[in-house]
Amino acid sequence: MSILSVSKPNTIGWFLNHELRLSWRDLYAMMSGNRPGRGKNIAIAISVAIFLLHLLAYSALGPILVEGIKLDLQTYIMISGFLLLPVSLMASQAMESITRAFYTRSDLELILSAPAPVHKIFALRISAIALSTTLLTLCICAPAINVLALFNGAQWLWAYPVIICFGFLATSFGVFLTMALFKVLGPRNTRVISQIVAAFVGASFVIGIQLVAIASIGSISRISFLKSEYLMSIAPNMDHWIWIPAKASSGDMASVAIFIGITALIFGSMLALYAGQFGETVLKASSGDFTREGNSKRKVKFKSKSAASVLRQKEWKVLLRDKWLFSQTLMQLFYLVPPAYMLWQGFGSGQSPVYVVIAVVVMAAGQLAGGLAWLAISGEDAPELVATAPVSNKQVTRAKVEAVLIAVGVVVLPLVLLMAYMSVKTALIAIVMIAISSASATLIQLWFRTQASRSHFRKRQTSSKIATIAEAFSSILWAGTASLFALGTYLAIIPAVLTVVILYSVWWVSPARQKSIDTKKHLMTTQISTVK
Amino acid sequence: MNISAPTSLALNVKNLSKSYQRPAVDNLNLKINAGEFYALLGPNGAGKTTTLKMVAGLLKADKGSISIFGHDTTSDPIGAKSITAWVPDEPMIYDRLTPLEYLEFVAGLWNIPANKAKHGAEELLSILDLEANAYERCERFSKGMRQKVALAGALIHDPKLIILDEPLTGLDAGSARLVKDVLLKRVSEGCTVILTTHILEVAERMAQRIGVISDGRLICEGTLEELRSERSDGNTQASLEEIFLDVVEKAKDGNVSNREAA
Repeated sequence: MSILSVSKPNTIGWFLNHELRLSWRDLYAMMSGNRPGRGKNIAIAISVAIFLLHLLAYSALGPILVEGIKLDLQTYIMISGFLLLPVSLMASQAMESITRAFYTRSDLELILSAPAPVHKIFALRISAIALSTTLLTLCICAPAINVLALFNGAQWLWAYPVIICFGFLATSFGVFLTMALFKVLGPRNTRVISQIVAAFVGASFVIGIQLVAIASIGSISRISFLKSEYLMSIAPNMDHWIWIPAKASSGDMASVAIFIGITALIFGSMLALYAGQFGETVLKASSGDFTREGNSKRKVKFKSKSAASVLRQKEWKVLLRDKWLFSQTLMQLFYLVPPAYMLWQGFGSGQSPVYVVIAVVVMAAGQLAGGLAWLAISGEDAPELVATAPVSNKQVTRAKVEAVLIAVGVVVLPLVLLMAYMSVKTALIAIVMIAISSASATLIQLWFRTQASRSHFRKRQTSSKIATIAEAFSSILWAGTASLFALGTYLAIIPAVLTVVILYSVWWVSPARQKSIDTKKHLMTTQISTVK
Repeated sequence: MNISAPTSLALNVKNLSKSYQRPAVDNLNLKINAGEFYALLGPNGAGKTTTLKMVAGLLKADKGSISIFGHDTTSDPIGAKSITAWVPDEPMIYDRLTPLEYLEFVAGLWNIPANKAKHGAEELLSILDLEANAYERCERFSKGMRQKVALAGALIHDPKLIILDEPLTGLDAGSARLVKDVLLKRVSEGCTVILTTHILEVAERMAQRIGVISDGRLICEGTLEELRSERSDGNTQASLEEIFLDVVEKAKDGNVSNREAA
């Protein structure tokens, strides 16, 4: 029996079922990599992940649980700090979802042409965005909440509704901000600006707290800052309203009631204000004439260039004009701000901990290279055009890899120059390690290339979990190698060897290796049949 | 470079086979003369696109050989590609490039001298009625406009062989007429065109020779008159649609064998 047959057609319940079914299928497709019949494997993987995350949460909270949790100002600061971190990410995610909804026509015309209450449908759709935004954060926070509830008391379970409230508040903030941008800037400019704002909002709390930590206590560590005397000295006293979410999370029922009430009021007001306009706004955005936006005033100069040069320039042009790429990579780039600030601060004292900075830069370069390589290699818009061109596959691949590595180089160059100003040796190490980290991530994308649309950039991780995990490990371990190398210890060899082993293992199981074996076999068969 | 003696054959396909779960192309033989307009017809899943993709160098054949104007596509892929253009049913263009930038890119890939490329790009955009859109990004173009941009890309390097897979699907009457005129002009200038289409009227009016493929095998081939004369009922006025449905039906019943084998 279809899930839709449970409710009466064209009612809110019926539409909710429809939205849930679509969301569930999206989620399942993401987890299964669009391959059917993987339900059992997914269930096992999720169970193992849940167990490991709980183990991790227990190991992190164990010492605190042994000491006992005293609900004092220090604890409220810590709880608030940890709650606010996902809020900025949720607000960013909500903004991105709403912007995406604005500019994707999808089923909009069907909905608007149907005899259904449009404002209720869009209220539901905004609520669905809020729920999906909250879900991920809830999954990440659940192990810590469960461990606290199990070993310190069930009152900690009230942290669940607090996080859900934060999810709805973050979504309300995202909707307010996006709608305001839309009204002020118009559909043409909102598309890009809202992504930049979303990226900034997402990174703002982490970056903000890191910058304040560097300025006040000279450390990039958020935990050290949250525990610092400095923060204790400037924090409001325990009766202040600012601690309501922290108090609610630890089971204070009055705070729970107040927080839920405030959330309902804000979210309800937002729905009342915007749900009715949502459809109209989306229609305006998705059917707008953006031809002027797309116009390239620059005169196209036809120059005789090599195929490699033409390919590289095409990649850069397409990357620079990729609007969605902004929000995807800007957050990664924003995270480079605190290390840059740390370096800047180090100028005065001459004692900047470059080993921290080098690790962040190497890791960011690897991650950035992975994303750009996916776009250039798997996200090629016209694969058949390039394949039918009189250019060898090797030339095409080389040009694309060069385009990616040069783009990464341009992004990290200012930081490397700052490092060079402080220590030439460290800058040289950074250059080598950035190149290695970027090349490794690019190689992984080459080995696991699967033709896909550029618009699937966000979902690229689902096509190969191995590639995604390997890319992350490669960037992290090369960052560790760079950091240890900068400290001058031979221990740097350990993460380096580990990364090489991982890369070799990944290549061994990659489709590229299998394809090369198949090609060799095919060639041998052809040669044998020719001889016969 | 592996070029055989000068030939009037634009395409020579010998014993071509390709299998997935089942044979998609089965021991296919096909000869197309230089300067010919050839239509390859067949029901859905007959193996038309697979055949053309192997000719364009997009798919590797399991067996057999393909020669384009004497260039073997396995031993001399670059030589074969440099004189061939491929236009798929879904236009492959870059949303974030303008038509002019797209043509500049394609010209660069085919190593066309800058002056020739510039002149060619302007001329093609004018012929294909895209001049006004030359500086607009392709992201908001209609299917017809995208198809015209893709066609301009295929023509900018003056290919000797143009392969088109369902080029007229989804085009309005005006755009379809424009595309047909451009193709006919190229053929009159000596270019060879192979196209697949489900619009049998197009094949009937434009193609000099027609081949019908079913289950990966060429089941009938010839000019429209030759195909009519081969009919068992002697109907010399039969339309291509009647001929097509008849031979495909017979092939399903097993009454038509591989043309080359026969």
